[in-house]
Amino acid sequence: MSFIDFLLQHSPALIVAIPLLGAFLTPLISKINNRVRNVFVILIILITTILVMLLASDVFSGNIHTYVFGSQDLTVPLVRILFEVDAMSAFMAIIGSILLLVSVIYSWSFIDENSGLDKYYTLVLLLAAGMFGMMLTGDMFNFFVFLEITSIASCALIAFWTNKGKAVEAAFKYIVISSLAALFILFSIALLYGQYNALNIAVLGSVIQFSYLDKIALVLLIAALAMKAGIVPMHMWLPDAYGRAPASVTIILIGATQASLYGVFRVCFTLYGNTINLSSASIGWIIVLLGLITMLIGVAMALIQSDFKRLIAFSAVAEIGFIFLGIGTGLTLFANNQMFGLIGTTAMSGGIFHIINDSLDVGLLFLVAGAVYYATKETSLDKMGGLARHMKYTTIFFIIGLLAISGIPPMNGFASKLLIYESTFQLNPILSIVAILSSIMLLAVFVKVFHSAFLGPALPKFNGVKEVPKTMLFAMGIIASIIIIFGLFPDLVINNIVDPAVNALINYSDYIREVIPTFTGGF
Amino acid sequence: MIFNFPFIAVIALIIIGLYAMVFRKNLIKMVIGITIIQSGVNLFLITLGYREGSVAPIFTSLPSGTEIPQGMAFPVPQALTLTSIVIGVAVLALMLSLIIHIYRHYGTLDVRKIGGEK
Repeated sequence: MSFIDFLLQHSPALIVAIPLLGAFLTPLISKINNRVRNVFVILIILITTILVMLLASDVFSGNIHTYVFGSQDLTVPLVRILFEVDAMSAFMAIIGSILLLVSVIYSWSFIDENSGLDKYYTLVLLLAAGMFGMMLTGDMFNFFVFLEITSIASCALIAFWTNKGKAVEAAFKYIVISSLAALFILFSIALLYGQYNALNIAVLGSVIQFSYLDKIALVLLIAALAMKAGIVPMHMWLPDAYGRAPASVTIILIGATQASLYGVFRVCFTLYGNTINLSSASIGWIIVLLGLITMLIGVAMALIQSDFKRLIAFSAVAEIGFIFLGIGTGLTLFANNQMFGLIGTTAMSGGIFHIINDSLDVGLLFLVAGAVYYATKETSLDKMGGLARHMKYTTIFFIIGLLAISGIPPMNGFASKLLIYESTFQLNPILSIVAILSSIMLLAVFVKVFHSAFLGPALPKFNGVKEVPKTMLFAMGIIASIIIIFGLFPDLVINNIVDPAVNALINYSDYIREVIPTFTGGF
Repeated sequence: MIFNFPFIAVIALIIIGLYAMVFRKNLIKMVIGITIIQSGVNLFLITLGYREGSVAPIFTSLPSGTEIPQGMAFPVPQALTLTSIVIGVAVLALMLSLIIHIYRHYGTLDVRKIGGEK
């Protein structure tokens, strides 16, 4: 067996294990030198990214990977933890690894003047381990454990600037919400376990009956995961947390939020996949409605904000609404084979494609906001002006982010939003009207920001402002170039990355059959 | 009926905890609310794994004459509960340390006087 095959076989475990071990080595390494520590952390994330890409390229060609911790004999129940990686998990892991890589490169200069950086990098790597664990695991209880690791690490990172009262308050809000959500998830895991004597997602998915208790568990799981994903009306923690955390942390938090979204889809499509005929229309409509409310409230709140990062945070809420709208439309039609073939798959690929576009666009805007803060130490839009004169590269990146988030060609946001518009229009025209309206309002929001922060006469207090360091520009450049490539060649991305993920969600029986070969349900 | 008492206790604990989280104005009392919910969920897990008249599932110290495995309580929920307790302690410590920081900044623990961003 060649070395690459060996790596491929063990990559599901290594993707979680390498950041976890790296996290506990970081405090030791930072005793040597700060520069060595930064290089070490970037190296760890780089190795993880390469492993993710390796695993993803194999998974996208049609193989589902399983990795067994514990007894290899699959007939003995409950004495193992299973990692199961299908195309959807691999797709999410790619997003997570891109965001992490960009974040650690950006952190090099951005966070450099703070103290306690060994703890910062330890927490970043812990957050990475938790996030990848959520995406790759095939076990409900394991999912809960990684969810808690993610919450604890991100809570400590949100409160990284403890000298600011608002940051600590945002972190407290976040930990209260996420520990409550995690307890709901544990309760529903217990409900499922008590009925079916299993914790594995595939095993549960093969025997689930949609009994009364299962319905309670479904409601609790979706409510809790939507709470973690920042869906309106459970979004109040998100603008605080995104707005008050350092920008390099915010971009990883986007990845952690997307991991919770992944949990919603995994629960709806795989765990409850076999009973989806009984439930799909109503659950789908609930998700569509949540998506609509999320979009409208998100943009409406973004319009009235005057704090740069808080404004972007509300537009991030709105963007999650688009994802929910796309996936919910697919779920609504899931039981209806003919309609699903016509509209559902388009809506689903729009929704899934928008996950990656949302994280890149919002991530780029947060990095720009962080760069503006780094250069001017100012967060309020009312006090900014004329920054384009001093920070020309940052301004260009902001324009790219502005066009991408409001869905204007040739940026990537256009491709996924167009798919969502045209498929939701066929389900119900009102859905696509609301979606287009929110998109236009997003454009208005960011044109306002562009005008008040970057245009206008040079202000005397910003005379000494210089362009941000090269590592920060490089990090923004990575995301901006991915945005432009995705925008110019959306068909390549959809065929190679998005469609396998959509098919993995639709053909949930493949996921189950990987563990239980005798399973005969599904389409 | 008597066998349902643990489940009634679980629901009661969760509702009391939610009440404390939603209606109490003191941050420490909110944290206590979360801890109560957590106890409720842990009790639920433990109750699920209990068989009537069973003993603790420790192979090396079973009383003589125990049927294996019918005479033992189910071990998996207990393992889950242990993990959940450990995580709960970490979250509790983090929340209390944040409360210390909040008290330093605002000089109060009353939620009505802290923060408030539009």
